[in-house]
Amino acid sequence: MTIQPLLSVRHLTTEFHLADKQIARALEDVSFDVMPGQTIGLVGESGCGKTTTLMAIMRLLPASGRITAGNVYFNGTDLLTLSEHEMRSLRWKDMAIIFQGAMNALNPVMKIGDQIREAILLHNLMQRQAAEQRVDELLEMVGIPRLRRDQYPYQYSGGMRQRAMIAMALACSPDLLFADEPTTALDVMIQAQVLELLKQIQKNLGLAIVLVTHDLGVVAEMCDTVVVMYGGKVAEYGPAELVYNQPQHPYTQRLLEAFPDLSRSIELSAGSHRPDALSGGQDLATIPGTPPRLNALPPGCRFNPRCNKSMEICTQSAPKLVDMATPGSGARQLAACHLLNGTEIEDL
Amino acid sequence: MNENRTLFKRNLSDFWKAFRRNKLGLLGGFLVLTAILAATFAPLLSPYMPTEVIRDANGRGLTFAPPSVHAPLGTDDAGRDIWSQLIYGARVSLTVGFLAGFIAMFVGSLFGILAGYFGGRVDNLLMRVTDVLLVIPDLPLMLVLVATLRQMDLRISPLVVLVAVIGLLYWTSTARLIRSQVLTIKERQFVARSRAIGAGHAHIIRKHILPQIMPLIVTNTVLIISTAILVESGLAFLGLGDPTKPSWGAMLNFAFDRSAVTNGAWWFYLPPGFAIVWVTLGCVLLGNVLEEMLNPRLTAHHLESNQNMIAIQKQGGE
Repeated sequence: MTIQPLLSVRHLTTEFHLADKQIARALEDVSFDVMPGQTIGLVGESGCGKTTTLMAIMRLLPASGRITAGNVYFNGTDLLTLSEHEMRSLRWKDMAIIFQGAMNALNPVMKIGDQIREAILLHNLMQRQAAEQRVDELLEMVGIPRLRRDQYPYQYSGGMRQRAMIAMALACSPDLLFADEPTTALDVMIQAQVLELLKQIQKNLGLAIVLVTHDLGVVAEMCDTVVVMYGGKVAEYGPAELVYNQPQHPYTQRLLEAFPDLSRSIELSAGSHRPDALSGGQDLATIPGTPPRLNALPPGCRFNPRCNKSMEICTQSAPKLVDMATPGSGARQLAACHLLNGTEIEDL
Repeated sequence: MNENRTLFKRNLSDFWKAFRRNKLGLLGGFLVLTAILAATFAPLLSPYMPTEVIRDANGRGLTFAPPSVHAPLGTDDAGRDIWSQLIYGARVSLTVGFLAGFIAMFVGSLFGILAGYFGGRVDNLLMRVTDVLLVIPDLPLMLVLVATLRQMDLRISPLVVLVAVIGLLYWTSTARLIRSQVLTIKERQFVARSRAIGAGHAHIIRKHILPQIMPLIVTNTVLIISTAILVESGLAFLGLGDPTKPSWGAMLNFAFDRSAVTNGAWWFYLPPGFAIVWVTLGCVLLGNVLEEMLNPRLTAHHLESNQNMIAIQKQGGE
C-alpha cells in the first residue's frame, strides 16, 4: 500500500508581467511531493522562486503574476481548478503559512489575541467564547503568557512575534504548514527556540511542513526531504541525507561548500582565544555571480554562467531531471545536470 | 465585557490627558463646542426670536440700533435683534456644514477605498471622475447647480439643495488622500496574511484597511466641515441660501443688501463674519490636533502610560 501525498505539485509554471511588457518566468516546471507529516525544505539563494512557489500553491500571487501551467493536487483535488470562493474556505483550514518577517505580517494596530482569533472566526469554526479559549490554548502552546494576548505587535520581541505567528498558523488546525524563512532576522538562540517549537508542534499535531529557507543548517536539522531550487527550477530533489552526503548537482555541491563546517574550519591558534579561521582553517567557498534575472535567463541550463563544470551543451539545452539514487534502494534523488547519467524518470 | 469597558474608559481618559496638553487643540475644541452648544440651546440664549421686531415705546421699530441693553449686538434694518439671528443662524450654518461634511467624507472615503484597494480599471474610472470634478471651478459649478435645482421646483428646501451640492462636490481631495493611503496599506504584508487566512475583500477592508485610515477620515471630516461651512456662507452671501432660515452667510448678504456698510452699522456685518471665522478656525485647529493624536503609530504611545508597560513586562516577561 502506498501513502498518497498530501500535496503534489506538478510542472508548476508562473509568469510575472513586468513594467515594460517584459515577462519574467518566476517558476518553471516545478514538481515535488509532500507526504503527510513530512518536513520538506525548499532551499536556494534569494530570488530563486521559493516564496513564489508557496504563493502559487496558495493561489496568492500578486496581480501581476499568474500560473500558466501545472497542477497542484491537495489531497487529490487540483487547487488550480477551484473557484476563488472554494479556495478561500480552504486557506488556513487546510494549509496555513508563516510569513517571512513576523513584524510585517502582523497588523500593527490590532491586538495579538484578536489577530489569532480572526482566522478562527473567519471560518466560523466556533463561537466567540470558544474561540477565546482556543486563542489561550494556542498562546500556551507556543509559550506566550496569557497576559500578553491583549498587547500590540510592537510590544512583542522578535521571537515572540514569530511564535505568535506560529500560534496563528495553527489556529484552524491545518494539515499543511508553509514556513517562509521562519528564522530569518532572529538571533541564533531564538532561532533554535523557534525551530524546536516547530519540531515539537509537528510531532504533537502530525502536520506536514514546507520549510523555505536559505539556511542549510536549518534544513539539515529539520527536513526529511530537500528541494534545491535555482532560477525558478528544481535543481535537485531528494532525501535530506542523500542530498547532503552525495550532492549531485554542481549548484548543490557549491552551496554546501559555501556553508561553514564548524567541526573542521575553526581552530584556535596557540596563545589566542580567538578562532582563527583565516590562518588555521579553510576559506569559506562562495559561488561567484548572482542568480539570473528572471526576465533575462541564460540559454540552456540556468546555472551555466556560474557553474565551474560548465560545458558546451550547458549553454544549448536545459538538462532534464534524472534519478541518481542506487537502483532498487527505494529512494529517489533527482538532479538536473548534463553531467549526470541517471535513470530517466517519467512521472514528474 | 466589564473589563473591556474599564479599558475603554481608561483609554478615553488617557486620550483626554494627551489632548489637554495641546493648547491649540484645546482652543479649537472650545471654539467648535461653544458654537454647537449655542446652536443647540438657541432658544435659551436669545432674548428675541430672530424674526421679531424690537419696538421702542412709541411702537416704532428700532432700526439700525447700535448695541445696547435691549439688543446686545444691535438691530438690523427692520429692527430685528442681531444676536438672536446670530444664534439661530448657527443652527443653519452648522447643520448644513456638518451634513455636507459627512456626505463629502462618506463619498470621498468610499471612492478612495474602492479605487485604492481594487486598483486597475476601478481605480482608473473612479479617479477620472474625481479628476473631472477637481478641474471644474467649484464656485461657478455650484452657482449653476444650485440655481438650476431651485428653478426646477422640486419642493425641497433650499438648504437640502445646498447640503447635497456641497456634499457631492467636496469629496475629491478626501478621495485622493484616502486612495493614496490605501495604496500603501494594501501592499503591507498583513493584508497578504489576511488573504492567506481566507479573508475576502469586505473583511480585509473592514478589519485591516479601515482602522488604519480612520484617523485620516476623522481628521478630514473635521476639516471638510469647516470648508463646507465656508462654502455655505459664500453661497448664502451670493443669495443662494434659504431666506426664511438665514445662516451666517445669509446675514452677511442681508447686511450688504440693506447697505449696512454705508450706514456704518458694523454690528450688522461684523458678528456673522466673526462667527464664521470662529467655527472654521476651531475646526482647523481641532483637525490638525486630531491628526497628530489619532495617527495609529502614535496612538499606542499615547495610550500606554510608562507604568503600565513596566507592570505588564514584569508580569509577562519573555
